[in-house]
Amino acid sequence: MTEVMSHFNYLVVVVLMMTGFYIVIAKSNLVKKVVGLNIFQVSVFLLYISMGKIFGGTAPILDDRFTVYSNPLPHVLILTAIVVGVATTALAGALIVRVHEAYGTIEEDEIHRQDGDA
Amino acid sequence: MEMVNDIIVWALLLTGSVFAIIGGIGILRLPDVYTRLHGAGITDTMGAGLILLGLAVHEGFTLITVKLFLIFAFLINTSPVSSHAVANAAHGAGVRPLLDDDLETDKATGSGDPA
Amino acid sequence: MIEAVNTLLLLFMCVTAFTIVRQNNLFAVVMLGSVFSLLSAGMFVMLDAVDVAFTEAAVGAGISTILMLGVLSLTKSRERVTFGTPTLPILLVLISGAVLVYSALGMPEFGSADAPIHQHVADRYIEQSGTEVGLPNIVTSVLASYRGFDTLGEVTVIFTAGIGVMLLLGLRRRTTERGAIEEPPAPGEGHMRHHLVLRVTAKLLIPFILLFALYVQFHGDFGPGGGFQAGVIFAAAFVLYALVFGIKNALTVVPEWVTRFLIAAGVLLYAGVGVASLFMGGNYLDYGVLAHEPTHGQHLGILLIEFGVGTTVAAVMITLFLSFARRARKKT
Repeated sequence: MTEVMSHFNYLVVVVLMMTGFYIVIAKSNLVKKVVGLNIFQVSVFLLYISMGKIFGGTAPILDDRFTVYSNPLPHVLILTAIVVGVATTALAGALIVRVHEAYGTIEEDEIHRQDGDA
Repeated sequence: MEMVNDIIVWALLLTGSVFAIIGGIGILRLPDVYTRLHGAGITDTMGAGLILLGLAVHEGFTLITVKLFLIFAFLINTSPVSSHAVANAAHGAGVRPLLDDDLETDKATGSGDPA
Repeated sequence: MIEAVNTLLLLFMCVTAFTIVRQNNLFAVVMLGSVFSLLSAGMFVMLDAVDVAFTEAAVGAGISTILMLGVLSLTKSRERVTFGTPTLPILLVLISGAVLVYSALGMPEFGSADAPIHQHVADRYIEQSGTEVGLPNIVTSVLASYRGFDTLGEVTVIFTAGIGVMLLLGLRRRTTERGAIEEPPAPGEGHMRHHLVLRVTAKLLIPFILLFALYVQFHGDFGPGGGFQAGVIFAAAFVLYALVFGIKNALTVVPEWVTRFLIAAGVLLYAGVGVASLFMGGNYLDYGVLAHEPTHGQHLGILLIEFGVGTTVAAVMITLFLSFARRARKKT
């Protein structure tokens, strides 16, 4: 039980990751897949930031009142990752719009069926 | 003096949270869009406002209080406008408010629940 | 008490994620995704990651939602209901989940100060960045100075995304499925022109949003903030203007050539600072040689590159929104 409580953050990260993963592989709607991918990304961010947290520390902004700071390196990594994530989402959205204009649908199996027939 | 300060802060924070919960229950339980907007409005003004006031009392007269009041000013400006925008959009989309005589007609014809 | 807030926020995030799985209405899915991003921003604050929380709130709960709503307005807004249980995905998810849980339990305890991650490099940055770079915000000094190459790559990624969306959605003339050249739909009269409350409030708010963006841009050295967040907030002001006053007015305020120029100018400024330090005798992106004293050089270099980052991010976000908005067909 103490194992679970001391690693609670990481277990929730796994749950969220699997939820996002399930949405991406099981749902056939393209917009929903992109949202599922976003959930997956946020769970990974949570993993990194949880690893960097130190109990009793504070935000990594130098101040005379504090001596213990949380690790700033995961923050830098995740800042980059968030921005790359939005770039990916924007491009995915643009592709979905073009797919819809070409096929008339955004359900994956209908698209495959149209491709298979043509 | 510290005790009084702490008690005031606790009271404000708890009251604000209670209002937020009431607003949330309202959004779930009220029947149609226009009444649910009232519930959302409570969360934005009373809930957020009291919590911000509690935080401001806790901080005293520092820069942080000024920032909190700026946040409150921003909220006061935007949350009624967003309720207005939602109501306008709902009206434009053709959602009619659920009125008392609709309820009675429903009961008479037995078609049951108005939500 | 802190653990309770932690636990509750994580629980809310899980509930939101599960609801997204089951929900069929895509509009609700996108809004729940925005709620999820906001909750994760709150979680990041609890984990002392203030810069990350700021960026996630601005980018995830702001711009990402607007872009997905733009996609929804151009496609369908309901998912087709499927029946039957997808056994293979559930099996895959359960197996991977079990493996991940097993490995997660082997990680060092959450919050412990002697985890391996804190041992080697982080201490050096925390101790030395005050004297070497001279900025209070360690994340900014690592992002912009110690790991400046990564940030250059990141700005290039945003630049590429902007160009990609422009290629996919942004051409003036487009062909229909039948191959005929169609006049582009006139950038619509903002259909909100008749809504006085929205117009007045937007006019009141936009200057303050722009001012706040400027504050965040230059205050990133001393607190949470920096180029990315500022760029996104700047773009949000323009998006608000475009939503309330119409695309045509928005294009008059910020014409296309301006955004195209700014997208490239930001990256050019960033790379140019690197080249300038080459000419001054240092390495590429070594800001110490830019001024008479290393820390002043660092400050100047970080100021310039953050400005470049902010410019590119703002211009790309505006371009993304306008590309989606102008793609809408005129309702016949």
